[in-house]
Amino acid sequence: MDDTFLLALSTLAATIRMATPLIFCAMAGIFSERSGVIDIGLEGKMLAAAFAAAVVAAETGSPFIALGAAVVVATLLSLVHGYACITHRGDQVVSGVAINIVAAGLTVVLGHAWFGRGGNTPDLTPDQRLMPIKLPGADTLIEIPFIGPIYYHIISGHSLLTYVAIAIVPLVWFVLYRTRFGLRLRAAGEAPAVVDTAGIPVLRLRYMAVMIAGLLCGIAGTFLSISMNATFQKEMTAGRGFIALAAMIFGKWRPWPAFFACLLFGFLDAIAIRLQGVALPGIGHVPVPLIQALPYLFTVVLLAGFIGKAVAPKALGYPYIKER
Amino acid sequence: MTAAASNGAPPPAIELVGINKRFGSVQANRDVSLRVEKGTIHGIIGENGAGKSTLMSIVYGFYEADSGEIRIDGQKVNIRSSAAAIAAGIGMVHQHFMLVESFTVLENVMLGAEGGAMLKEGASKARTELLRLGTEFGLTVDPDARVGDLPVGDQQRVEILKALFRHCSILILDEPTGVLTPQETDQLFRILAALKARGVTVLLITHKLKEVLAITDHVTVMRGGEVVADRRTADTNANELAELMVGRKVRLELEKTPAAIRAVELAVDALSLVDERGVTRLHDISFNLHAGEIVGIAGVSGNGQSELLETLAGIRTPSRGSIRLRDTVISADSPSDPAAMRALGLAHVPEDRHRLGIVTGFPAWESAVLGYQRDPKLGGRFLLNRNAMTGRCEELMQGFDVRPLQPQLGSSKFSGGNQQKLILAREMACQPRVLLVGQPTRGVDIGAIEFIHREIVALRDRGVAILLVSVELDEILALADRVLVMNQGRIVGEIAGKDADERQLGLMMTGSAEQQRAAS
Amino acid sequence: MSARPSQLPRWIEIGLLPIINVLMALVVAGLILWTIGANPFEAIAILVEGAFGSGYGWGYTLYYATSFIFTGLAVSVAFHAGLFNIGGEGQAYIGGLGAGVVALAFDNLLPAPVLVPLAILAAAAFGAAWAIVPAYLQAYRGSHIVITTIMFNFLAAALMVYLLVDVFRDPGQMSTQSRTFTENATLPEMATAFGWVGIKISSTPLNLSLVWALICCVLVEIFIWRSRLGYEIRATGLAPRAAIYAGIKPARVVIIAMAISGALAGSVGVNEILGVQHRLLLEFVAGAGFTGIAVALMGRNHPFGIVLASLLFGALYQGGAELAFEIPTITREMIITIQGLIILFSGALAYMNRPWVERLYLRLVAAKAQGASSHG
Repeated sequence: MDDTFLLALSTLAATIRMATPLIFCAMAGIFSERSGVIDIGLEGKMLAAAFAAAVVAAETGSPFIALGAAVVVATLLSLVHGYACITHRGDQVVSGVAINIVAAGLTVVLGHAWFGRGGNTPDLTPDQRLMPIKLPGADTLIEIPFIGPIYYHIISGHSLLTYVAIAIVPLVWFVLYRTRFGLRLRAAGEAPAVVDTAGIPVLRLRYMAVMIAGLLCGIAGTFLSISMNATFQKEMTAGRGFIALAAMIFGKWRPWPAFFACLLFGFLDAIAIRLQGVALPGIGHVPVPLIQALPYLFTVVLLAGFIGKAVAPKALGYPYIKER
Repeated sequence: MTAAASNGAPPPAIELVGINKRFGSVQANRDVSLRVEKGTIHGIIGENGAGKSTLMSIVYGFYEADSGEIRIDGQKVNIRSSAAAIAAGIGMVHQHFMLVESFTVLENVMLGAEGGAMLKEGASKARTELLRLGTEFGLTVDPDARVGDLPVGDQQRVEILKALFRHCSILILDEPTGVLTPQETDQLFRILAALKARGVTVLLITHKLKEVLAITDHVTVMRGGEVVADRRTADTNANELAELMVGRKVRLELEKTPAAIRAVELAVDALSLVDERGVTRLHDISFNLHAGEIVGIAGVSGNGQSELLETLAGIRTPSRGSIRLRDTVISADSPSDPAAMRALGLAHVPEDRHRLGIVTGFPAWESAVLGYQRDPKLGGRFLLNRNAMTGRCEELMQGFDVRPLQPQLGSSKFSGGNQQKLILAREMACQPRVLLVGQPTRGVDIGAIEFIHREIVALRDRGVAILLVSVELDEILALADRVLVMNQGRIVGEIAGKDADERQLGLMMTGSAEQQRAAS
Repeated sequence: MSARPSQLPRWIEIGLLPIINVLMALVVAGLILWTIGANPFEAIAILVEGAFGSGYGWGYTLYYATSFIFTGLAVSVAFHAGLFNIGGEGQAYIGGLGAGVVALAFDNLLPAPVLVPLAILAAAAFGAAWAIVPAYLQAYRGSHIVITTIMFNFLAAALMVYLLVDVFRDPGQMSTQSRTFTENATLPEMATAFGWVGIKISSTPLNLSLVWALICCVLVEIFIWRSRLGYEIRATGLAPRAAIYAGIKPARVVIIAMAISGALAGSVGVNEILGVQHRLLLEFVAGAGFTGIAVALMGRNHPFGIVLASLLFGALYQGGAELAFEIPTITREMIITIQGLIILFSGALAYMNRPWVERLYLRLVAAKAQGASSHG
């Protein structure tokens, strides 16, 4: 088999893996922000969820109970965000920053106190984790030239949650654009007063939106700690929440474009790892950190309107106060 | 009034009984009673602040009345929210449209009445229904167009469609023609007539006499929060309504000598302004303002007066035409800014006192130098001298009798009248050659009004050129040496102050003057 | 409608309410400690002893506080202009780069009295430059400064990794840091400075940067509250439309306020690079930029409050280190948690307590008035 072909396949497989948590978080951000609530706490919610999943998986041995726990924890943090920003009209950015910092601190405090391993949780055995799934026929089909390896490496062999991530994009699209809830949610982010005069409670809608965001961040965190890795490590989200935020903006707050932005950013991540210490002919030594910075750079350039214009939901960041 | 039920006539579509509503110290509605017969077009007319909008907000569930009753088809109803109003068959077309601009017409119409958790089924029904309503009432709009891309007249149709889609039997329109062109207005009236023909009851809130006369069956006149008259439209005329609307107010007595007019200070030539949304706010405005005169701009608010003031003050840049102040010409090619205009001797008392005139988060001594924070007398090159600022503030406060005389007090803690006196004092203190004054006595108590008026006249007598914008006709009549009337961004007439009377101005302001002119 | 004016007297508004908010954060922190089986009161005792119980403790406390004063001031200056600068972390990082670049370039050429001020200026200039780009994009291209400054934090981190790995790395070294500066490019330790006048204090990382930080406090106080530009910045932050009416250009205010904010954040580099590390290295900012948000919120964006809040956070960092040492179940991240809680309660939930405090106060006032009238 051609080495370059295999390298390409493994890079693409890694792209999908790297993109998985980004997809969940970007979809989470879309829900929250399309309803008018800024969510820069994606990182913190994902981190807390990763911790909860790792702890519960280690204690119960069940990755599915772990998933449930992670979702609950992330949703609770969403409720804190909602309580501060929707009920008390606090600053949405400040609240998000607070959630990120609390999560960064608390996961290590609790992890250290409970397990004493410098903030790491116990290593998980394969049956406590969500392991890659080999799709039917992968082993036999691999013999087929070209298509076989693609099936084996790219289509097959991912965690259950990766398949969920890919399935969730059309689902999010459907909910946003094809259901009553989605219509109202988008309206709440554009013109909450209109929603209110139509007789629909704005605050309840926004609470629903941030809770869904919590749920999705919970799945993202679970993927990180019990699927992609076998333990929770201090600050293991490593800025992925912000990359997802960038992907959401890059996708102009729309599910499909955001999904492709996640794949692009996942791809950059995957090649960055592979290019570590590699000297390419003609280019020479590749500055890997600069490749890793590209998602942020793209987002800045996009926001500045140099390549198309990302227009945020109109009421994003403004608490709704009933006019009187 | 009570006879209706007994002689078998149908109960009124909507009846309000003894509605009272108070905001703080302001009685916005006082004992308002009103009955609207089924299948009629009923006008509610009055000046700004007459309480029309408050009343309609109560009917639509935004506010709750302090006391009083709403009856629909003879049944008492409790309307505590918009949802309740919709359920009671009330639809409303707001002055500022309640539309999601990034949504399509169809989505806007469906929002809140989707007909199921999935949009698909409801959408096809809604589409058919829109088509039906469109042909039935002449309300054709492309259901898939983005609302933000539609012209204002079409957006208004979407608002009406929204209400009809919810099966409203009573449709309230709040100042619906303010944003429409004459052609669009005609179309709207045809639609309203079609609605009436099919049994919908229409309430039309407006300040335009011409419209009321053209289309309504009944008209209720409001003034100062109260109903002052109910008329069958056929039994009344523009003169009577204008008089009822404006009322026989006590004309403010003001000692005023005839103006000693001197040279032109400010020359406005063919000035036009197109705002950021592409709406033309000022059309081809020309006038001269002389030293030693007060020119009053009369008009119903929202007819371009604010934009005119802001453009003259340098806050907005003219789209066409020019402004000449002393020897400087300001136009689209050579724009100005507020600081430069001030340096040329132009002072500005803004209409929106709270948001423009002061910084509510500042203490009085800081608000007292707003706009003059670069004045060399207030400090050195980089730093401001607090003593100088406090001293300036104290002087201003003494000169204009601002109470309490406490420069350290927060700007927001002063009453409206005292805030206004401080702003006037500030703007008059810098020896301006031209003074722009917007709504100088809005929300100001009677005592302060007299004081402010005397000061404005005194400034005129010192040779300052003063442009006064006010929606209070008696204020214009008391102060202005010359009156320009604005309507829909144009100057529609000019009268010498001594010749002007309220009724005539009222007719011009409400756009009925052409009609009169045509008749005479 | 404008916000309802507060019915509360000043001492409640700027004294009691903020204290209640911080106390709530600390109570939650106490509950967390209790959850992990530590005694909160014992923890506080160790923390206070560790932070203030010795000259050594004081030295570290003040050393940490120095950086927080810089970043707290940075957040507050932007805040006065109505801007939320989350980019302090990156601006501090790039500020350190500026100090380091100048030091590495000239430490064999220029004497300390020339080079150190130059490096301090470079720290401020680099920090300012890193803040001006987002400011420009907000002022003229309409991009949201919060998002851009977040992105700039990551860009700064990536840039520093690249520079330290590929450009500044000491050729003989494996670790990602530059060579150590010569004496000419170092800011003396406080212990050394005190030694000049014959006073002996413990040797700690505390250095003369603290003096610069305090000078910056005074300068910011004068600038924000007494200068013409400061007036314009505050007017813009409080009432943007009134500012335009007053002839103030919003774009100019955004850029100036962010430049000053970035310069202040960049000065963290003075403390860390010139004062302590004496070389360029990775991650020396260590979250000080984010701590600045908590410090500014707690200090109510006023230099004096910022100094107090910085002292508190300095004590938390130093005492927290001692605490982690004394009680093994507690880690230093407890401090991060407290910081997050303070941002939550003093920032996002700042108005949560106002309604009931206001009700209570009005009731007390009414009761008092009634009592007085019934007696009189």
